[in-house]
Amino acid sequence: MHEMSIALSIVDAVESKAREEGAGSISGIELVIGKLAGIEPESLKFCFAAAAKGTLAEEALLVIEEPEGIGECGECGKRFPVSFYYAECPECRSLRVKIVSGEEFLIQSITIEEQEGE
Amino acid sequence: MCDTCGCSTEGGAVLRKPGESDYHVHVSESSHDEHHHHGENHGHDHDHGHHHESRSRTIALEQDVLLKNNLLAERNRGYFEARNIFALNFLSSPGSGKTSLLEKIIPVLQQHVPVAVIEGDQQTTNDAERIQALGVPVIQINTGSGCHLDALMVNSAVKELVLQDNSLLCIENVGNLVCPAMFDLGEALKVVIISVTEGDDKPLKYPNMFHEADLCILNKIDLLPYVDFDARKCRENAMRVNHHLEWFEVSAKTGEGLAAWQEWIEHKMKKR
Repeated sequence: MHEMSIALSIVDAVESKAREEGAGSISGIELVIGKLAGIEPESLKFCFAAAAKGTLAEEALLVIEEPEGIGECGECGKRFPVSFYYAECPECRSLRVKIVSGEEFLIQSITIEEQEGE
Repeated sequence: MCDTCGCSTEGGAVLRKPGESDYHVHVSESSHDEHHHHGENHGHDHDHGHHHESRSRTIALEQDVLLKNNLLAERNRGYFEARNIFALNFLSSPGSGKTSLLEKIIPVLQQHVPVAVIEGDQQTTNDAERIQALGVPVIQINTGSGCHLDALMVNSAVKELVLQDNSLLCIENVGNLVCPAMFDLGEALKVVIISVTEGDDKPLKYPNMFHEADLCILNKIDLLPYVDFDARKCRENAMRVNHHLEWFEVSAKTGEGLAAWQEWIEHKMKKR
């Protein structure tokens, strides 16, 4: 269940950014989690709710973009979708496949609420 | 509250030393230990109907989620490099023989290089006690509920451990083939261990770990005649996931294959 410690580090990162910006709260967090990143988005969402309790991110809506895995063949250079690391090139059957997309794990952006009239 | 020292720390990792029941250090970021500010933000009520005055603003971050861990891991790595300490991160499921392998190989390696060990487990100092019996410096990290070691725990452990220049540091991670794959500790190489009492399809079932590893050790080969484990197939499976993976077949029990692995470690250390 590394999703919990991941959720805590996300809360840490977005809170410190939001404080830097003088935000009253965080209303949205956009994450990019590649399909090969080793993170279950559903499990992360579940943990995030607990991790964000009592923080600026408590009310934040998590939006998760999940880029597909793409491999590039080391022999013939063909690019093709992969669902896991043991991919085989559909063109030349080589196993020398380099992952070029799908391992991303980023906090893309946060949306903060500036509390002026309150 | 921590029941050992009575401090207010809730959960979190703790460093322990075998045979020193009073020794007990909480892993924390001493410089900015602010963590969550529970209760501080409760000044405003969450009355959603009255937030019209607030203005929304989106800020691009494009920040790696594991940035903090990765930065600290790089600091550990820099420290190890500067002192020419060769750090290996040992990963496997529980019971594959990580500690037994260390018990077998350390006395041999110790004749050539100083060795130190960091042991990671949720609870107990059992493994650290086994390593201490070999006469090498060892510290135990108890992760509590944690399922993996992270760079901060290793950073704290290294500060409590007397390391020598030009030495070997073995970090035995928490037994788990999933979570530790994601957390860089600052090691030079990751070593994944499987044993023949597991399934030969393990590399396919837990591909992240095998993808991240630099070296795979198949342990307990003395049991091969008694189990349905196809070592060649297992190796093939591992290579499908990671074609850069180096491969050794050993028995911590009989010592078979350990000489080759020991040579490999010494060769790697000389090359640095």
